[in-house]
Amino acid sequence: MRKVKLSAVIDHGVLILGSLFMMLPLLMLLQMTTIPDTEIIRTGPSLTVGDQFDDNFNKAMFEASGFSGENTGLSMLKNSFILGIGFAVGKIVIGMMAAYAIVYFRLRFATFAFWLIFTTLLLPLEVRILPSYEVVQWLGMLNTYQGLIIPLIASATATFFFRQFFRSVPEELVEAARIDGAGPVKFFIDILVPLSRTMIAAMFIIMFVYGWNQYLWPTMITTDEDMYTLVRGIKQIVQVLEGAVVPEFGRSNVLALIAVIPPVLVVVFFQSWFVKGLTESDK
Amino acid sequence: MAQVTFDTIGKTYPNGFEALKPTSFGIEPGEFAVLVGPSGCGKSTLLRMVAGLEEITSGELSIAGRVVNDVDPADRDIAMVFQNYALYPHMTVRRNIGYGLKNRGTSKQEIAAKVDEAASLLNLRDYLDRKPSQLSGGQRQRVAMGRAIVRDPALFLFDEPLSNLDAKLRNQMRIEIKALQRRLGVTSIYVTHDQVEAMTMADRIIVMNEGRIEQIGTPSEVYHSPATEFVASFMGAPPMNLMPAELDGGQVRLFGATIGETTHTGDVRAGVRPEDFLPDPEGTLMMNVEIIEELGAHRLLHGTLGDTSVTVQVNNENGAGVGPIKLSIKPGAACLFDRKSGQRL
Repeated sequence: MRKVKLSAVIDHGVLILGSLFMMLPLLMLLQMTTIPDTEIIRTGPSLTVGDQFDDNFNKAMFEASGFSGENTGLSMLKNSFILGIGFAVGKIVIGMMAAYAIVYFRLRFATFAFWLIFTTLLLPLEVRILPSYEVVQWLGMLNTYQGLIIPLIASATATFFFRQFFRSVPEELVEAARIDGAGPVKFFIDILVPLSRTMIAAMFIIMFVYGWNQYLWPTMITTDEDMYTLVRGIKQIVQVLEGAVVPEFGRSNVLALIAVIPPVLVVVFFQSWFVKGLTESDK
Repeated sequence: MAQVTFDTIGKTYPNGFEALKPTSFGIEPGEFAVLVGPSGCGKSTLLRMVAGLEEITSGELSIAGRVVNDVDPADRDIAMVFQNYALYPHMTVRRNIGYGLKNRGTSKQEIAAKVDEAASLLNLRDYLDRKPSQLSGGQRQRVAMGRAIVRDPALFLFDEPLSNLDAKLRNQMRIEIKALQRRLGVTSIYVTHDQVEAMTMADRIIVMNEGRIEQIGTPSEVYHSPATEFVASFMGAPPMNLMPAELDGGQVRLFGATIGETTHTGDVRAGVRPEDFLPDPEGTLMMNVEIIEELGAHRLLHGTLGDTSVTVQVNNENGAGVGPIKLSIKPGAACLFDRKSGQRL
């Protein structure tokens, strides 16, 4: 018989405990999507698996809720994707271009500009939410995708990371490109962007999840139900006005589960890419 | 082929540091000129000024008769090989070599043809679809060369291209680069801190020190008649022995032996190449040998002559041992320098 080391048992014990700690809420959620709403109120989470999952899923994804009948699960999913991707891509593009300007061009006050951008890390959206709302409202961008995305798009984090990365690109590469006749735009697109692939992947992971999980800003800016994102829409479902109505817990639980999936997929997909980029280091 | 003319070219950085004192000289069409000197002597700065990567703060630089002070690097009709190759890591060898052509709007067929031609010239045909990270140091160096050749420039610039290679490969690439330059006949400026590279590759050597040109000459001139003590001690391995000499009337005496004549007055130093000492039973110089280095074809004897340390090179036919040995100097082989200015007399 193979000898089992005590240290291995302890290691595995810690890992199993940790995974349970992370997984249990999700498993409970999954269990609760399979039982009727009334039972959730009566018993709460239990070990029995019910037969309501199909119903709840159909209701969540395809049946409209709310007054206008516009916010099905599908439309909310679509809105969330637009927000997540727009948010991530926008932040990456703006961050890269800002970093490019700061690192490669002899700007006056470049360092000052960088630190100015950097200090905005101290001013998250929540601090400036009223003026931001005012501006968006004034620009007529309430209930639009632009209104959802653009005010959040400037990113000190992305600028900072790309700046650090660009500074590590050898100076000789820039010079070789200059002699090869690549102007600033060509150098950026032909050389800097491909070199930054792994950086871009990493940023995309962080920013997509961050954008997907936005709650406060979408709540402020979208009042039309067809503009609701998942994270914001779930809240709406369990908010019932009349006291006697049982909230549609099953429906919101399914949506909560679905809301978890895309960020997980993005992390899984880009992580493999990210690791590949790191190991095949070619800089 | 192009002539390169430096007309009182100088470089002063905004902080007031003078990296290159104004100097004038020319490089002939098809010539292989090597800029050599210790680090920080301004040789790379000079090269980068020719490339257009560093601004020229005074004087006028012309390539093939055209003043290029304010011309963009891409439009100077030059190609440069960098110390770290500076290959684009995400591009295949093929795209690396062709990138410069692509940027000038050369047609696809023409790029393909030129890349192929350069690749066969450099034995790179089998590697065209690899990325730089999949190549050895020597191959990367070749790709960097290919990128320069394919542009068909009027002037090649090399910035210490061999310093990242191991010694054996360096010797091999040295010959390859030289042969390639001969074959293509392109005017070249080559920067190195390695005096062996300078000696072996150059048509003309430009020795630099502290932002100043010390001497310009053929390898043989620089070696046998160095213009200054700096050149004497920098070129040649082991370097020239510099010893205090005495003036006696017009006669120059070294430890009692007469080695030449001069009308100069003041302190004088004599420089003698290690191989210009001869073991000679009749010799008047008495050297005390302390260490012997066996190099196969010859030996190096390290020791003292009077109270100056010297190195002497002897054939291995001469049996040698530690202890005193009598030497003489080949007639006419000693160089005399003014002690104060370091200039040759």
